[in-house]
Amino acid sequence: MILRLLQRLAILLISLAVSSVIVFAFMAVLPGDPARVALGVNATDSSVAEMRREFGLDRSPVAQYLSWVTGLVTLDPGNSYVSSTAIGPQLSDRLQVTLWLVVAAMALAVVVAIPVGTVMAVRHRQVSGLALSAVSQLGVAIPAFLAGILLITVFAVNLGWLPANGWTPPADDPVMFLKQLVLPVLSLGLVQAAVLTRYVRSAVLDVLREDYLRTARAKGLTPMRALVRHGLRNAAVPVVTVLGLQLATLLIGAVVVERVFVIPGLGSLLLDSVSQRDLIMVQDVVMILVVAVLVVNFVVDLLYLLIDPRLRVGAR
Amino acid sequence: MSDVSASTPASSPPPDAAGRRSRRRVNPNLLVGASLVLLIVGMAIVSFFWTPHDPTLVNAATRLQKPSGDYWFGTDKFGRDVFSQVMVGARTTLFVGFVAVGVATAIGVPLGVLGGMVSRGPGEVLMRGNDLLLAFPALLLAIMFAAVYGASTLVAMIAIGIATIPSFARLIRSGTLQVMGTEYVLAARAAGRSPFAIGARHVLPNVSSLVIVQASVSFAIAVLAEAALSFLGFGTPPPTPSWGRMLQESQEMLWSAPRLAVFPGVAIAVAVLGFNLLGDGLRDRFDPKLDDRR
Repeated sequence: MILRLLQRLAILLISLAVSSVIVFAFMAVLPGDPARVALGVNATDSSVAEMRREFGLDRSPVAQYLSWVTGLVTLDPGNSYVSSTAIGPQLSDRLQVTLWLVVAAMALAVVVAIPVGTVMAVRHRQVSGLALSAVSQLGVAIPAFLAGILLITVFAVNLGWLPANGWTPPADDPVMFLKQLVLPVLSLGLVQAAVLTRYVRSAVLDVLREDYLRTARAKGLTPMRALVRHGLRNAAVPVVTVLGLQLATLLIGAVVVERVFVIPGLGSLLLDSVSQRDLIMVQDVVMILVVAVLVVNFVVDLLYLLIDPRLRVGAR
Repeated sequence: MSDVSASTPASSPPPDAAGRRSRRRVNPNLLVGASLVLLIVGMAIVSFFWTPHDPTLVNAATRLQKPSGDYWFGTDKFGRDVFSQVMVGARTTLFVGFVAVGVATAIGVPLGVLGGMVSRGPGEVLMRGNDLLLAFPALLLAIMFAAVYGASTLVAMIAIGIATIPSFARLIRSGTLQVMGTEYVLAARAAGRSPFAIGARHVLPNVSSLVIVQASVSFAIAVLAEAALSFLGFGTPPPTPSWGRMLQESQEMLWSAPRLAVFPGVAIAVAVLGFNLLGDGLRDRFDPKLDDRR
């Protein structure tokens, strides 16, 4: 158990290190000098040189990489090339906003997908199961930003029930915060739920064919009760895997949905930084997203061990 | 549309019903998926020769027309014909999809075969590196590329293609591992065939159905990614029509002309649904065939 844990941790650390090198190297191949890009074409050579010194761009790539990583690890990533303001507070503010979105959307997806997917599996030969299956297939085909636009059209433009966009911090006005959260979370969460439902369905279908479920049925339990008492835990392993993988999709989906609903999250920061050519900021946001994906995969691995005791011993 | 895919009884046997095949029903996923894909492909091909209007023609006199006999889907705020734009947009989408899936297949398949044939040591490292790529989803990679090289269709295609490599490589690797465990591979080895010959003559043909299925599913992912990128302004630059940018332009018009969001939106959904169903249908079609052949 401990050995497995350490092994996973080692993989996580190596992946983090390698991906940070990839992100850094990627940004370093940029044609042109970030200082000149930030200052514009009219900048004098001396001001460019000064900025290069100020941001340490005159050092070797290795030194630049090390100071970048140290900055991220110590939560002090320095200043933006373009606005010269501290990056750290911006990142944490924006990250909070995005986390609200992603966590709420994930919760919605799970709450919708597990019961719906289970019903789809239990009734897979009936019209109701097939109809749900078709709806989920359709949901998979609709990207979150399209869902967002459609939801705005219906609930903001036509019905006028909810605001079309914007963001209010929960501490300022909790009611407005919730109102503005509904549509973006629906558009992210429902699309995610459509994908997740299909995995829940196939996981539950697999479990339904197991002998222990037949035994439970033979003892007189209804299909649903047998499933809830004996099957769901076994169906959980593949579903948890997909949940982990989906978090990556959700984070990226949030980038686009934030644009649709004008929400000042990490995604908006990334897109604004790209258009302002604020490369250090781009590099930091990308790295945060990648770290999030890798850490979630690590947590998913740990969850396996919790859910399935068989994995704790034996097979490597 | 949703009902069709679910409840079509699909009772008629295939016309070529020969012996053991006669019991197999027409697969509704395959049928609907292929039809939708054909619709999009057909639209793209026709758009090379004919569109009702010039899709890029800006005309103040025809601004925001409602759908009519002259303008089937109406016109946008620049007076451009929406139907013609949707037609040419299909071209853009398919082009990006083809190149992206091509890149992913060309790199992912050899990588997966190699990873499966050399299962220990270097193969393991290869697959670990491959898994690492999974931490960079298509859209993130494309935004990074756009930050460095600027937004263009080429950049979008390559970024989406690279991001699709790992799923190809993983799947093909597991297929290869299965093939490598079979007796005919053992026999080929015993007969002294080189690993390259085994890969080319035994592994590749046997994983080809996996490649086709995955290509179809990846195409759907590429369509989604291209739409999102164009929506964000990092994809196909104007004036080339693209469904994602049409959606982006429609967003400010939601109060006056919400229909402008509907047409490109439906086009995206139809394309993604089509390729997903096609992939599912092909998977169902290939699986039993593989079983009763061996």
